[in-house]
Amino acid sequence: MSDLFDAARDAIGLVFGLDAGLLRVIALSLGISLTATAAATAIGLPIGAALSIFRFRGRSLLILLANALLGLPPVVVGLALYIVLSRSGPFGFLGILFTPAAMIIAQFLLALPIVAALGHRAMESVWRDYGDDLLVSGASRRQAIPHVLSIGRRGAMTASLAGFGRSISEVGAILIVGGNIAGYTRTMTTTIVLETSKGNLAFALALGVVLIAISVLVSACAFAITATPRRSRLPEAA
Amino acid sequence: MTSYFPPRASIRGILGLLATFPGPGRTAEPETIVLASTTSLQDSGLLAHILQLFTRETEIEVHVVAQGTGQALATASHGDADLVLVHDPDAEATFMAAGHGLTRTEIAWNDFIVVGPNDDPARIAGTQDAVAAFTAIAIARAPFVSRGDKSGTDALEKRLWRAAGLDPVTIGSGWYRDIGGGMGAALNAAAAMEAYTLSDRGTWLSFGNKAGMKIVLAGDCRLLNRYDVIQLDPRRHPEAKQAPADRLATWLGAPEGQAAIGQYMVGGNPLFHPEADPKTCNGTVTRGLRTP
Repeated sequence: MSDLFDAARDAIGLVFGLDAGLLRVIALSLGISLTATAAATAIGLPIGAALSIFRFRGRSLLILLANALLGLPPVVVGLALYIVLSRSGPFGFLGILFTPAAMIIAQFLLALPIVAALGHRAMESVWRDYGDDLLVSGASRRQAIPHVLSIGRRGAMTASLAGFGRSISEVGAILIVGGNIAGYTRTMTTTIVLETSKGNLAFALALGVVLIAISVLVSACAFAITATPRRSRLPEAA
Repeated sequence: MTSYFPPRASIRGILGLLATFPGPGRTAEPETIVLASTTSLQDSGLLAHILQLFTRETEIEVHVVAQGTGQALATASHGDADLVLVHDPDAEATFMAAGHGLTRTEIAWNDFIVVGPNDDPARIAGTQDAVAAFTAIAIARAPFVSRGDKSGTDALEKRLWRAAGLDPVTIGSGWYRDIGGGMGAALNAAAAMEAYTLSDRGTWLSFGNKAGMKIVLAGDCRLLNRYDVIQLDPRRHPEAKQAPADRLATWLGAPEGQAAIGQYMVGGNPLFHPEADPKTCNGTVTRGLRTP
């Protein structure tokens, strides 16, 4: 119990002390995970929307695949990426193993199926409700994608946030491809692993509390952005 | 225009964040090298202390990837590191024999210790024979935590069991626990299970969760722990950054580097000896490392 108490006290101290080293770790965590999520959103959401709009052979297979990959194990993604990005691997010439770029790729791969699968689920009902109207108004199916995503932006945001949640919380993949290098590839989660292995359990838990707080903050901001302002455009899109 | 998701402003913001990342082409930045090293040197804080002095002097940044010795050597043999700093003489010899390394130089040493629960069920506190102590642990069937990760510490542990003529994997059912983790993870597990484990002294001294544990054995000559820096052979690893890696290897063995290693303390205790310090064990000075 005293560990939990110490952790709470340390967490408050950390947040209000604004320790420079910690801020750097937080900035790196957010930078990597937001970048990976942005990329997964930019690619995953249109895929999800397309899967609900277009009818083609292999569509069910793709949907099944996206859903199956929801449970992609981070450590396997990390290992596979490590082998591919290693100097002795096919993409070794890039020289990005043990850099933030490799970590972004790892988290992107983990977040993509989540964004695509949840995005598809959310856009399915939008297409059911608005699809005919969009087609009648003269839009092609391809042109309908941004409209559908705009109408279903709350569901899209949830899909995107689920991808972010996966990115910011995972440690298995980035530990392998990032190498946990101090000041360069050390994020919140890898710092927590490191501090635990140093036996600084209360401090590690305090970092965990800070990580959860940041994650909540990001979600709150995302909801605030999508909440109300563009509601008035709904009829136009429909 | 129709509204797209997400709003353009946020896309621009995210792209801005992306632009702040150091990408693969880092030519304008200070020179950096990747040092594949062991968890003991990182977790004890030694590398952070001495590398900051090196960087100040040479403006070469050192990215430390801290892994068990086995993994660190594998990382280097795949060409993913520029320099190696590890502590498993046997694995290092194999690495050199395979042609990956050019030179191998001892730069520091300390010792391994056996730690265990305060009540010491195998009654080994105060003894100095590590092999006899391992035998006593096996006879008492007292819990023992093994790293099981092919690190330098793990390799020594396996050698000590062999020297005792015991195979814990076959006789250790119930008490020999292979946790497959780093030194810190093993110490955390040992603290939780009231188990014995073999640790390097540096990690133990700087470890923060010693609850109920103490050093039960130290001073056996077989427990000497030497750290070697290995420079990679440019013919085998042309992509390694030879010049800055050479500077670091040279600096570690030079008076400045050696002094920095000797002066590093945690809680008033020096954790590592410079290479030139005479190695003492069993109360006498020994010339070098004897493997059991």
